Amino acid sequence: MSACISQFDGRSDPALIRSLVELTQAGLPLVDNPWAWIGERLGLDEDTVLALLHQLQAGGAIRRIAAVPNHYRLGYRHNGMTVWDVDDTHLPRLGPLLGAQPFVSHCYRRPRRDGWRYNLFAMVHGRSTDEIEDYRAQIRQLLGDACRADEMLVSSRILKKTGLRV
Amino acid sequence: MDDLDRRLINRLQYGLPLVKRPWQALADELKSDSQTLRDRVQALLDDGTLTRFGPMFDIDRLGGAFTLAALSVPDERFDTVAAQLEAMPEVAHNYRREHAWNMWFVLGCTAPEGIAETIARIEAQTGLPVLNLPKEETYHVGLHFSV
Repeated sequence: MSACISQFDGRSDPALIRSLVELTQAGLPLVDNPWAWIGERLGLDEDTVLALLHQLQAGGAIRRIAAVPNHYRLGYRHNGMTVWDVDDTHLPRLGPLLGAQPFVSHCYRRPRRDGWRYNLFAMVHGRSTDEIEDYRAQIRQLLGDACRADEMLVSSRILKKTGLRV
Repeated sequence: MDDLDRRLINRLQYGLPLVKRPWQALADELKSDSQTLRDRVQALLDDGTLTRFGPMFDIDRLGGAFTLAALSVPDERFDTVAAQLEAMPEVAHNYRREHAWNMWFVLGCTAPEGIAETIARIEAQTGLPVLNLPKEETYHVGLHFSV
């Protein structure tokens, strides 16, 4: 089947990728052979589905086929969006350093705007407010003098939570 | 939740192995059997411990686009504006955060133009300016919640 793989490159067959996304974005059924289940619906055999998934994962279009825990239910009830005004010249070093901290789930550079001075975002999760405050203090130490100001925006209510639609 | 549930939750966050008979492979690894594991995952989905099981797509790599955006909503209008965003399929997540910018949401669209259109629609419907903060660089994504 490996000879077939090239035709399933996402860039060359976006319609197939779109079908796969539509079929599975709500989740994958818990059947013994999920690849055959996908294949039956996309008109592919099991080996081809597996090759397609391997390729999409290698290319980064699929991160993994995984379970997403409800982190509130697992005790991680507190999250803080920490935002930092960091000297741009230090970002290439400090961004990856923050991202490498075990308590940071997402870390991005974002633009400054009128009325918004922060260019570095790091989301932290914990089981208590003390825990996330402690993480914020650890980040502040890591950034040192390169950081001019920071805030932590704590979520107080989930207003909507659905999967991303594509 | 017993020991097998915990091991299953921890293990499945890293993903189902991309091999033939993946549940059997996982059962061998966790010293269980395929049907039991699938029953456990179903029960964890049913009771809300897991929110989803399936492929985690990177929308950017699929030609889609998304952004993080915020609104500063007067308290007396907060619920009304939350309901307006709730009704928009482009709004994936929306959180209240304790800040002058008190409503933070993620927009997901199939194409980059969709983001600008959706922001214009939100501004027209709410009369409030949207703070649009698309990511310019990703330093890290992913957190493992161990149980």
